[in-house]
Amino acid sequence: MNINLTLFAQAITFAVLIWFTAKFIWPPLLGAIEKRQKEIADGLAAGERGRSELEQASKRSAETVEEAKLRASDIISQAEKRATEIVEAAKDAAKTEGDRIIAGAKAEIDQEVNRAKEGLRQQVSALAVAGAEKILRKEIDAKAHADMLSTIANEL
Amino acid sequence: MATEHELSPSGYISHHLSNNAVPLGDGGFWTLHIDTLGMSAILGVIVFGLLWLAARGVTSGVPNKRQAFVELLFGFIDGQVKSIFHGERHKFIAPLALTVFVWVFMMNAMDFLPIDIMAWIYHSVFGLEYWRSVPTSDINATFALALAVWFLMIFFAISVKGLGGWIHELFCSPFGSNPLVWIPNFLFNIIEYVSKPLSHSLRLFGNMYAGEVIFLLLGMWAATGLVGTFFGAFLGIGWAIFHILIVTLQAFIFMTLTVVYLSMAHDSH
Repeated sequence: MNINLTLFAQAITFAVLIWFTAKFIWPPLLGAIEKRQKEIADGLAAGERGRSELEQASKRSAETVEEAKLRASDIISQAEKRATEIVEAAKDAAKTEGDRIIAGAKAEIDQEVNRAKEGLRQQVSALAVAGAEKILRKEIDAKAHADMLSTIANEL
Repeated sequence: MATEHELSPSGYISHHLSNNAVPLGDGGFWTLHIDTLGMSAILGVIVFGLLWLAARGVTSGVPNKRQAFVELLFGFIDGQVKSIFHGERHKFIAPLALTVFVWVFMMNAMDFLPIDIMAWIYHSVFGLEYWRSVPTSDINATFALALAVWFLMIFFAISVKGLGGWIHELFCSPFGSNPLVWIPNFLFNIIEYVSKPLSHSLRLFGNMYAGEVIFLLLGMWAATGLVGTFFGAFLGIGWAIFHILIVTLQAFIFMTLTVVYLSMAHDSH
């Protein structure tokens, strides 16, 4: 239990072991562990990125669906408006057409009535003239009294 | 049991606690304890060889069990060093801590070898009369480690602060730079520099030496008869189990103190 040369021999062994560990054992272990740490960190970052991308994508798709719904309802309401417009227009057109037909029919009826009146007037005047001729015979010259007769016929 | 010519209790103990000393020259200093050197060198080659094998086949992918174990050790040491030493630790301090912890642990763990059986093997297989298994129960081994750390401490103190800075610190801390306190400062620092390697090495040596002595004392129960043998074996088991804690703890303390001393050498006051 006395200090002797063993001390220095042991210290040399110690120095060699330190050198060996620092050169051949520590660096490869450190390298591998740091590399793995980096890989794990990268993996976690990639996962996080994927997650946020998925979140964004689902947000975007929800927005798209919302927009599509809005547009669909827009289109439907427009179509409904258009339909009512068309129906209204058709109604109007039908009404005008009906009015026109009614007016035409009325005009024709009027014409027919006028023509019948005219015919009757002619016949009445002819009858009147014939009657007057028969009554007056000689005195009445058809030509001389034609004006008067047509005036009467007009007054009828 | 011990040898055939010394069968008294003190002879038994002193036989087991004698190193295999080889004189190289005149005087007590010029001797080598080849058992201490041999055991520590063999352990160093085996354990650092295994670590080297693991480190050579290391992969950043999924580790196998051997690599996982080595990485566990690596993470433990690295975590300890990181919490004590704030600086670039991967270049020297952390590998040093790993070396100290693993080597001291293995040298301490030789205490688990049953001394009398080992003595019989050394004697009858290798023909060695004196051969101690536990290098750390030799003051030379622990003092060698502590002294190496001490020189590293001074080396780092000078390389970080410069020679002038280190000398300035010797005279101007802890009390300040007033010329009146230069001498007390210097004395304090001398005490510190002397006490650090002493406490560092003697703590480990004392624990391991005492552990060995207790194993020897328990072994002597075998001399009292069959009942004593079983009683001694029973106590020996208890002490061995408790010793697992001491072996690990002393290796850990030795490593922690190494890192603390070197960390203090890096700090300027």
